Amino acid sequence: MKVHKIENMKIFSDPLLKRNPLTYLVMGYCSALAVTVKMETAIVMTLTVVFVLSISSTIISSIRNLIPLKVRIIIQLSIIASLVIIADQILKAYVYDISKQLSVFVALIITNCIVMGRTEGYAMHNPPGKAFLDGLGNAFGYGIALVTIAFFRELLGSGSVYGIQVIPDWLYASGYKNAGLMVLSPGAFIILGLLVWLQNSFFLHRGSVNEQTQSTGHSHGS
Amino acid sequence: MLEHYLSLAVKAIFVENIILSFFLGICPFLAISKGVRASIGMGLAVTFVMVTTAPINWLVYNFLLKDGAMSWLGYPEIDLSYLNYIVFIAVIAAVVQLIEMIIDRFSPKLHQQLGIFLPLIAVNCAILGVTLFLVERNYTLIESTVYGFGSGIGWFLAITAMAAIRYRLRYSNVPVSLRGLGITMILTGLLSMSFMAFSGINL
Repeated sequence: MKVHKIENMKIFSDPLLKRNPLTYLVMGYCSALAVTVKMETAIVMTLTVVFVLSISSTIISSIRNLIPLKVRIIIQLSIIASLVIIADQILKAYVYDISKQLSVFVALIITNCIVMGRTEGYAMHNPPGKAFLDGLGNAFGYGIALVTIAFFRELLGSGSVYGIQVIPDWLYASGYKNAGLMVLSPGAFIILGLLVWLQNSFFLHRGSVNEQTQSTGHSHGS
Repeated sequence: MLEHYLSLAVKAIFVENIILSFFLGICPFLAISKGVRASIGMGLAVTFVMVTTAPINWLVYNFLLKDGAMSWLGYPEIDLSYLNYIVFIAVIAAVVQLIEMIIDRFSPKLHQQLGIFLPLIAVNCAILGVTLFLVERNYTLIESTVYGFGSGIGWFLAITAMAAIRYRLRYSNVPVSLRGLGITMILTGLLSMSFMAFSGINL
């Protein structure tokens, strides 16, 4: 029983840092970078992905023996799309302002390869309980990366954290300026690149980096 | 009138490049930009699918899904717009399948070259992104087609440029833990910065 618990714990905790979907599996960039200008949008996006990914993994895993192999992609896509529609309607109803800011990027969770990748790669071969944990872990791992990027972009780009100004006024008065580049798209790419660097230098002991990038030439779109 | 469309195309290709300023379609961009030849194939396939799906999805949205869109059938009060996403993704998947069959029938050689890329495109978020943007921005039918074409060319340009840069990178001495994904992201950032120089161009 104890072994089971540890194993389940690993399913959840591995994707958080070590096998982070964004920096290790190279998945799910599309909707990731555009929402990281501010922490608020990043957090809402994370919660949406947690909702969609954990539920879609559970559903697909529980009907995995009934899905004909040839039409599995369409079935997976329609389950994911329905969940995204629900999430989108909830966001529109309760946090309208943020849902306006997220604009098309909520809808793009459908084609986010984390969701497809986890359902296709994990939920199709594992029981619902494990699939749920795997979905949850990956979604939170994705969220950790997202919020970290958003933290740096907001801090350096607008001098605030979660909408609260942290760079004191006297610093601005003495000539400090916000880095406008961080708010724009290059800032996201560069910060993500640096994060990957940091992560690689911690977890490098497992095989060479070249091999890693080769093996992650995954077969899902985005 | 022509100027308007030209300006829209230039905007979609350079100023608001779909990869470099909206981050769409990055996964295949990172995976495929390892080789120049494959990048060209993928770029062509994406452009092709964008040009076809943009007007089709426009028609579907404006004549079936939009609030009151069904009035030509005599049901003016029906609003199916909440079905947007699921219909769009189905249309894209169907079009990709259709294009694959057509190419296979008429030009097996081209099919051999594009073959592996076509199925991947169905879940490429740049394609869905184009459709969602044209709905959000209320483009007309011609504008949507031009926008789809421009975005496709922009994607093609970015992935080919990246493939060429990565080709040169093979001979440079990058720190071990920065190799692979890390340096590619930073390069994409630099590429995106250089594309920002186009902002402000207005025809």
